[in-house]
Amino acid sequence: MSPDAAGRWEVVIGLEVHCELRTETKLFCGCRNAFGEEPNTNVCPVCLGLPGSLPVLNRQSVEYAMRIGEALHCDIRPSIFHRKNYFYPDMPKDYQVSQYDEPINSDGWLELPNGKRIGVTRAHMEEDTGKSTHMGGGGRIGDATHSLVDYNRAGVPLVEIVSEPEIGSAEEARAYVSELRAILVATGASDGKMEEGSLRVDANVSVRPRGSTALGTRCEIKNMNSLRSLGRAVEYETGRQIDLLESGDRVVQETRHWNEDEGRTSSMRSKEEADDYRYFPEPDLVPLAPDDQWRKAVRDSLAPMPSDRRRALASAAHTEPAAVALLVEQDLDGLVLAAIGAGADPRIALNRAANEVAADPDGAARLSAESFARVVTLEATGKLTATQSKQVLAAMLAGESDDPEAIAEDRGFEAMDTSALQAVVDQVIEANPGPWQRFLDGDPKVSGLFIGQVMKKTQGQADGKAVTRILQERRDG
Amino acid sequence: MPNRITPDDVRSVARLARLAVTDEEVELFAVQLAAVLEHAEDVEALDTEGVPPTAHPLAMENVLRDDVARPGVDRAEVLAMAPASEAGRFRVPRILGEAP
Repeated sequence: MSPDAAGRWEVVIGLEVHCELRTETKLFCGCRNAFGEEPNTNVCPVCLGLPGSLPVLNRQSVEYAMRIGEALHCDIRPSIFHRKNYFYPDMPKDYQVSQYDEPINSDGWLELPNGKRIGVTRAHMEEDTGKSTHMGGGGRIGDATHSLVDYNRAGVPLVEIVSEPEIGSAEEARAYVSELRAILVATGASDGKMEEGSLRVDANVSVRPRGSTALGTRCEIKNMNSLRSLGRAVEYETGRQIDLLESGDRVVQETRHWNEDEGRTSSMRSKEEADDYRYFPEPDLVPLAPDDQWRKAVRDSLAPMPSDRRRALASAAHTEPAAVALLVEQDLDGLVLAAIGAGADPRIALNRAANEVAADPDGAARLSAESFARVVTLEATGKLTATQSKQVLAAMLAGESDDPEAIAEDRGFEAMDTSALQAVVDQVIEANPGPWQRFLDGDPKVSGLFIGQVMKKTQGQADGKAVTRILQERRDG
Repeated sequence: MPNRITPDDVRSVARLARLAVTDEEVELFAVQLAAVLEHAEDVEALDTEGVPPTAHPLAMENVLRDDVARPGVDRAEVLAMAPASEAGRFRVPRILGEAP
């Protein structure tokens, strides 16, 4: 695809995210909902679809679905379950219980760190399928001799979150899933582990002439197991569709499989007839209609969402929400907020948290906001240089002590007193008459030379800002 | 209304349900399915103005159970019911396409 071609087209992406709920048991039976156990050890007549068995809805799964709906600003509504009928070995009942035209959550939105809102069409409840392993032929379905099925996952509660087709790039698709994952984890409904399949993403991708409002023919991309493969798959598919259209061809609506090793998507199957799932209301389940009291309890129990946390920290630190997104993602916003609350300088607190603290997650867990605020304040007031402050913080993170003053004293980091520093600066000025003249003539760049020399003489103990101040005093005074 | 449900309709429905039907059965079911449609039409003729849609014949909602695990059934017993099993899993013939 030429850069010209890329400029003529724009991509439109809608995402479907399947989220396994962190319940103790399955959606309609008391079998344990657990990952990675011996195959077919968490099964019973209900999730195996044996005749005569009857489903009973798990209260906690409804609670989690409502939390997700609330966190995504959805309408939480009375809903019913439908049977989606199809024949496949991973569905022992030959139907999947899902929600169709009356889902529990609809019409919500999610806010990306950059402030853009992506619409959420719906977030409905359904049950997961079993897991097949294809034997022979290198594990590929088409070449396999037979398949083996484990029903431990069959009946595990899912919420499927469907976005509006409002995502405009592979990067934005990644940002959406990353934000959604953080929200799902914050609700307590999900562990967010894409690598274990507890969060699975399908992407509907289409392209259209730039500036057009009509939607092009879309392809659904499956089998992306990480944010990275989502980005790569969407990039690839966008290019493939643009190439087709540029060469006068057309895009065929189909499901395509992402192959991570080959770095491309390929057609999964050509269907002779359109899917006909013969949806009908599940007669074994009665309607679900959470009352106002339950909904209020859910609303009140929700922890702050990432977008709230970004706004809170940005406001306290006088910066933009996007600038603190990573700190919130790393769960360090509480520490920084508390430190700012204890009087720490916001800019230094943000910097130290984003660099030294973020680099040591284990140490961060035992760092108290109060001692963090103290080391930040030592630096802000010039009692420690930036270099010294980083070393003290590193020692605190390593668990040496939670007393920054004691560490500073132990290292001999007594702030170099001003007269000693002045003496060193004067020596450096005397040794460099040429540069000093340039400094006097108003060349600001030359001050770096003086700071460097002073640092060398003091073995990094001097505070760069104090040196600059003394240089200015010498020049002006 | 003899042609309300055609033989092709019956074959299509049978295929969706993975049922093998003989030509005689196709004729028989065409008549029977037409009768079901007719019944639905009779119901549809009623004036339902102001009657909310019924999602379930029982006037109940929110039938829920607590999220408490109980043991499943014995794997050996479950696998013994299947035509074939291997490595603790159900063994099925080659699958011809990806899941929907």
